[in-house]
Amino acid sequence: MSGHSVGAVESQRAHFDQPLHLRSGGILPAYDLVYETYGTLNAAKSNAILVCHALSGHHHVAGHYADQPDNIGWWDNIIGPGRPLDTERFFIVGLNNLGGCHGSTGPSSINPATGKQWGADFPIVAVNDWVHAQARLADRLGIDSWAAVMGGSLGGMQALRWSITYPERVRNAIVIAAAPKLSAQNIAFNDVARQAILTDPDFHGGNYYQHNTRPVRGLRLARMLGHITYLSDDQMGEKFGRELRNSAFSFGFDVEFEVESYLRYQGDKFAGYFDANTYLLMTKALDYFDPSREDDGDLNKTLARTKANFLIASFTTDWRFTPARSKEIVAALLAARRNVSYAEIDLNFGHDSFLMEDAQYHGVVDAYLRNIKL
Amino acid sequence: MTTHTLGRPDFAVIAGWVEPGHRVLDLGCGDGTLLKHLIETRGVSGVGVEIDDANVLAAIKNGINIIQGNLEKGLDEFADQAFDHVVLSRTLQTVRHTEGILREMLRVGREAVVSFPNFAYWKNLRSVLDGRMPVSEDLPYEWYDSPNVRFFTLLDFEALCARMGLIIRERSVLDEEGNPVTCSADRDVNFLGSLAVYRLTQPR
Repeated sequence: MSGHSVGAVESQRAHFDQPLHLRSGGILPAYDLVYETYGTLNAAKSNAILVCHALSGHHHVAGHYADQPDNIGWWDNIIGPGRPLDTERFFIVGLNNLGGCHGSTGPSSINPATGKQWGADFPIVAVNDWVHAQARLADRLGIDSWAAVMGGSLGGMQALRWSITYPERVRNAIVIAAAPKLSAQNIAFNDVARQAILTDPDFHGGNYYQHNTRPVRGLRLARMLGHITYLSDDQMGEKFGRELRNSAFSFGFDVEFEVESYLRYQGDKFAGYFDANTYLLMTKALDYFDPSREDDGDLNKTLARTKANFLIASFTTDWRFTPARSKEIVAALLAARRNVSYAEIDLNFGHDSFLMEDAQYHGVVDAYLRNIKL
Repeated sequence: MTTHTLGRPDFAVIAGWVEPGHRVLDLGCGDGTLLKHLIETRGVSGVGVEIDDANVLAAIKNGINIIQGNLEKGLDEFADQAFDHVVLSRTLQTVRHTEGILREMLRVGREAVVSFPNFAYWKNLRSVLDGRMPVSEDLPYEWYDSPNVRFFTLLDFEALCARMGLIIRERSVLDEEGNPVTCSADRDVNFLGSLAVYRLTQPR
């Protein structure tokens, strides 16, 4: 791995009293955003990069906590001195989105109106709501325009949304492993995941906090399903094949194949810390994402409102958001005569490739960012 | 005229055919050297298409708008008549779907600019007569490592254009040193030209 980690980091909290009117019609009267920053904001405040997280991500993007050396940020491999998001040059901001479960206001936060946890009453949040909330954080930090907004998957959709909602505030958008909107198959996967949670007897209509329980089984299943779609067939084949935990068939329903063991472990781990209501909200944000709706489905017209330069990247083995989906964005940007580059990275990790370290992938991001004038 | 632009004599010819403000699409643009040259010296805006990872990375380093993709699969991401010039510099001989790519170029562009090594160049012919496949400035590969899949001459290309109903607006033929071949008879040009550069349009 080239470069260094940013080392020990601390998270911060910003409180916002101004109500946020949401796309769903709901209103958040006040809210907190938890965020982290790496590097130094320059005097001109022109070197800031916003990193947006995907479905299950959060504000801890890089580095580790002083008292938790093993708690390393989810995109540590791309951020730090000498890394593509070079903290010697850029000021990086990562945050936990509204509706999240890592400290920002979400369903497990206290609803000031009732004094109880929001639970099922937490309003549905859309990608554009996140962008508006992020813009207020930018205001708070004194950042008029981002040198770049970037993200993978749902994070890439936020970067794209930024370029449409605040064209004057985004100089570059780096959209990785994303799509301009979900396909029927994408939505179908999300709904199965939601159904696993919604039909868990411990869900209690979303108000499980009051019942001192959590829909762990549903959340676990949701994650197992999601996880399958994030990996590639080839990678699973290479990693697990048909390997058995014991050498012979047991002719039962206990864990038998290694892939079962892996998925159950991943499901258990995730269900242990993630909030089911947040999972529901995040998947709905994905399903609703379709900026071209404002223009009767004409993405060319929507993206003609952008002013940023774009780097779009996809991965050959990503079948959740295939290269063809990224190329829809590219085609619309070309039609709008925006500056756009597109890289199709040959990596074997399916949708999760965007989190991996790879010379070509990181090289492209590095080269692109180096050409950004601050 | 004989200045070798970065060792690519066809670049100077192409630079002479574009105008400031024109939109140029360079197919198989490599590291973006031609586009960079046209942007810097001719004030065009440009986009490149390239399949090779190392070239894509190099083009991004060069600050070129580059779209990674396979020319054999068409140019679906580009709208009709989105460009003034669509350039295919020394790449046509590596493309299997020759007619397909020429049609696509003239779908997305007003004008196609095509350069390719001429197999009928006398040194190439002599090499074949001597019993060996040609290796030259413009055909720098051995037969076993060549990316070229189509071997054709200047006259072959013109015959294809005629069959496809394409209009040859201009032709520039260069010898191995990059100097223009000045004779006029087609047969002589075909014999003396190592590299041919064409401007094509289609009837509207």
